[in-house]
Amino acid sequence: MKAVTETSVKRPDLSVEIAGIKLRNPVMPASGTFGYGEEYAPFLDLEKIGAIVTKGLSLKPKAGNPTPRIAETISGMLNAIGLQNVGIDAFIKHKMPFLRTVNTPIIANFFGNTLEEYGEVAKRLNDIPELAAAELNISCPNVKQGGIVFGTDPRAASEVVALVRKHLQKPLIVKLTPNVTDITVVARAVEEAGADAIACINTITGMSVDIHTRKPRLANRTGGLSGPAIRPIAVRMVHQVVQTVSVPVIGIGGIMRPMDALEFLIVGATAVQVGTANFVDPAAMMTIIEGIEAFCIEEGIDDIHQLIGSLKF
Amino acid sequence: MKNYRTKIISNQEISPGYFRMKVLAPGFDEKAHPGQFVMFRVQRSLPPLLRRPFGIFRTGFLPADCDGLPPIEFVEIVYKVVGRGTSIMAELHEGDRVEVLGPLGNGFDCTSRQGEKILVGGGIGLVPLYMLASELVANGCKVRLLMGGRTRDDIFAVTEFERLGVETYISTDDGSLGEEGLVTRVLERKLQKYPDAEVFSCGPLPMLNAVHNICLTYKTPLQVSLEESMACGVGACLGCVVKGAGHTEENPSYLCTCTVGPVFKSQYLDWSSLQQTDNNCGGCA
Repeated sequence: MKAVTETSVKRPDLSVEIAGIKLRNPVMPASGTFGYGEEYAPFLDLEKIGAIVTKGLSLKPKAGNPTPRIAETISGMLNAIGLQNVGIDAFIKHKMPFLRTVNTPIIANFFGNTLEEYGEVAKRLNDIPELAAAELNISCPNVKQGGIVFGTDPRAASEVVALVRKHLQKPLIVKLTPNVTDITVVARAVEEAGADAIACINTITGMSVDIHTRKPRLANRTGGLSGPAIRPIAVRMVHQVVQTVSVPVIGIGGIMRPMDALEFLIVGATAVQVGTANFVDPAAMMTIIEGIEAFCIEEGIDDIHQLIGSLKF
Repeated sequence: MKNYRTKIISNQEISPGYFRMKVLAPGFDEKAHPGQFVMFRVQRSLPPLLRRPFGIFRTGFLPADCDGLPPIEFVEIVYKVVGRGTSIMAELHEGDRVEVLGPLGNGFDCTSRQGEKILVGGGIGLVPLYMLASELVANGCKVRLLMGGRTRDDIFAVTEFERLGVETYISTDDGSLGEEGLVTRVLERKLQKYPDAEVFSCGPLPMLNAVHNICLTYKTPLQVSLEESMACGVGACLGCVVKGAGHTEENPSYLCTCTVGPVFKSQYLDWSSLQQTDNNCGGCA
């Protein structure tokens, strides 16, 4: 009798593998919403999440955009931070000592202003043995150079991924923008150029106006929309990309609750990233992980892979 | 710093448009410093999506016999109803559940015990000055509080400040309470009288700018508490930055209001950029 009871409450195996990295569960933060990890250490156990994804890193420190940089909209938020970050040197010197002590895969998000810079940062990332993988940002909508310029043109995307692939001796995740006519074209291009995994979607370009001052609510005029408002678009795009490529896909876009993450997994995402929800509740990822586990137990699922890509038509 | 999933003890309108909310927060008191803030999540449904930052008015202990509760800590804020989030807050009652993240940020530096302490608060900017006044008085300092508002509705908690042993001076734009005119005029008079004073201020940006300029003229040290829109409150989103002194296009300096501030020594800020921002304090919309 006892054995039966134990079997019936056996914890499901939530572990997944992305580009050769083993994750204890499929939930990690989206770059830019979790600082460098340490900021959230007071609120959740960093050794219980699937991975830590850093703020986007560049060769030199980057100051970011003028303010106001954020504006709340209905069920979402616009941001135009402008990739403010400490730069790769300061990251290694000041942020890695803490991250090194955390027993969780570290994924460094990075970008460059030029093609050459993307290559340079990729080379520098090789110097950090504790980095599990790198996530290439070709999708930031808020900077003039780099970012989205590479992510909206399949040829430019292919070129930058091929260059980074040549220099980077770590698994490579490529993060895509939704601000394209057909995301599957770019997804196919980056897969062919050597991406080991694809993360999508980054924010959707948006704009909001203060009707009293008649000024844009962001100094940058436009910004990236995130939060629950974009989730159905994200689920659709992740579904499309999963149908197109054979590398693993990380689903991102407005995940606030366990059921939101489950939607992405069911359409075929191997893992998910949680973004805006971290701002609303600093322990949001814990609630999501616990909820996924509870759902699996309820549904009699003992391995998360039984759920991944289980979409029925 | 912690996320308290807690409940409201009381929520009362203390002046037209101004509410005072007290919530249970065990363990909060010993960690909070004057000038720190909290992020409130008022309901689990949307909107609003993001939390809203509020200055801490005070912390304390409920008496042991209060409604049969054991002595337990609370945190209290005063907020002005300006938008959707604060309108929802105004409708909440005792026992309703809220989430409070805090205490956050760097507060006032009250280590100097020299000279007179002059506090200048405009409207909702009076909020973080209560704990500050309390601490300065406890340090043995002579504290004068200059309270400014558009009308008498913007002036609150006068008796409580006075009970701390603070001398209060009230001025309103329309003369409906205290002296008619700007609070900064009172500040000039006080600085002429007490040239070795230290000034602490919180309020709308035009007022802070004027306070800054007066303090420059009188070579008086000044600390200001700023308010900016923010998403996270813990230094991750980088949405709430202000420009630091010496900021240039080539050599930019952006400081997080949530983690470097909200209180800044005035010499570390780029005041020319702050003058351009049309932030209206009390705008925790």
